[in-house]
Amino acid sequence: MSTMSTATAPLEYNYTYEEHLSLLLARCPDRSYGEDMVVSNGAGQRSRALRSSASLHAAMAVSGLIMVLFLLAHMYGNLKIFEGREAFDGYSGYLREVGEPLLPRVGALWIIRVVLLICVLVHIYAAFTLWHRSRSATAGKGGWRYETTKNRRGVQRSYASFTMRWGGVIVGLFVIYHLLHLSADYIAPGGASPSPYQRMVNGFSIWWVVLSYVIALIALGFHLRHGVWSAFASLGANSSVARRRGLNQLATVVALLILVGFLIPPLVIFAGWVR
Amino acid sequence: MNVTLRIWRQHDRHAAGRMVSYGVESISPDMSFLEMLDVLNEQLTAAGDDPVAFDNDCREGICGMCSLVINGIAHGPEELTASCQLYMRHFTDGDTIDIEPWRSPSFPILRDLIVDRSAFDRIIQAGGYISAPTGAAPDAAAMLVPKKDADRAFDAATCIGCGACVAACPNGSAMLFTGAKATHLGALPQGQLERNSRALAMVNQHDAEGFGGCTEIGECTAVCPVGIPLDMISRLNGDVLSALRDNTT
Repeated sequence: MSTMSTATAPLEYNYTYEEHLSLLLARCPDRSYGEDMVVSNGAGQRSRALRSSASLHAAMAVSGLIMVLFLLAHMYGNLKIFEGREAFDGYSGYLREVGEPLLPRVGALWIIRVVLLICVLVHIYAAFTLWHRSRSATAGKGGWRYETTKNRRGVQRSYASFTMRWGGVIVGLFVIYHLLHLSADYIAPGGASPSPYQRMVNGFSIWWVVLSYVIALIALGFHLRHGVWSAFASLGANSSVARRRGLNQLATVVALLILVGFLIPPLVIFAGWVR
Repeated sequence: MNVTLRIWRQHDRHAAGRMVSYGVESISPDMSFLEMLDVLNEQLTAAGDDPVAFDNDCREGICGMCSLVINGIAHGPEELTASCQLYMRHFTDGDTIDIEPWRSPSFPILRDLIVDRSAFDRIIQAGGYISAPTGAAPDAAAMLVPKKDADRAFDAATCIGCGACVAACPNGSAMLFTGAKATHLGALPQGQLERNSRALAMVNQHDAEGFGGCTEIGECTAVCPVGIPLDMISRLNGDVLSALRDNTT
């Protein structure tokens, strides 16, 4: 923070621009004026700003949007279940071969896995840091810090915004369960299989597996409903009242698309239409 | 009309506070909310009790002093209305009305309903200004400002710095205030020279004061008495990111 030192000489208008800046500098010795006349307000602002809540929200937004892009691709792949066992398993094999011979086998997949892992870690680190800051900024009580029990849900808060943090934890736990189930084949409720198609059919023939996915996907849908909108706003894209409405509509569309797109295969398998 | 008030009473910064109930009778519906509190204080003074301390000054919605959370909503139930512009006709006879101060660790309670909002002053000191020579006023037409930019700056400049955004925010964030102040100056040509350093300095001071981050929920815009829009936060976020990208900052 800069403090103006006491005036040395009155500033008037009959100076050149350079003289004006040097006079300003004389008044504020803790500032520096660069060659291109950009004012720097003291040292260390940049490195502090990198750790600011605004920067952490931007990191959360970028990592989240990359994960949304992955989800859209993942959802598209899942819908290949309708093309039959050969097409689905073939697509799974293709994901391991793509990029060959430039990349080693499974190379492209590992690049995606590493990028996603970095995104997950950045997202979680930023989330918990900001969660902690939010709790300390409200004496640990968030929106419930008033004695009155009236209007505790705020004036216009959405259910999606209420469930961002705990919903995010649920989605995170679900991802671990899901990777152990359909990727690693470690948890295999309906029986393990080397065929990804068969793993899906085996798993989603059991009611509680379908139910667990439905609950997790609804949590994900709410997370994306607020997350996609706030990601764009955190990156500076919310530039007007109309844009606020537009970005919220986009978030609703993305959330519904991902919710419905991911729900179709398990429900269709459970109904016995794909076997 | 008769109302029951439940008011936060706290003797000083360090004392423990509690909600205390008072009955106020024969209130005219045309009284303002603060006039109703004046009636209560006359009653309390006549009975030899301490009057309820609350901030107020202009009582016409432009100074930003009044700061009451009424029934859990900063500045009460009416949209685009500061506590002082709220009238008793917005309530019904026999209501119980809960009145509390802004609650934020960055706004320490000084007494009853009065909080210390110096944190906002320090955010302004950090970057909420332009460096300009003083002296004779420059010719009004010397620097042309597009109407769109002037309107935008004016919309931002309507922020009265009352702190309702912090009081309403589930994260205790002051980004609506900080965004409005940064947009006010950053939308004008005079504010461009320090636009990057201003964004960084103000956001850093905002965090140093202990305010939380913005999760774009929008409760602040719902209670803001002058209708500062949420996009001013997004604009500040964008300014911070471009300042970080700019190596000369």
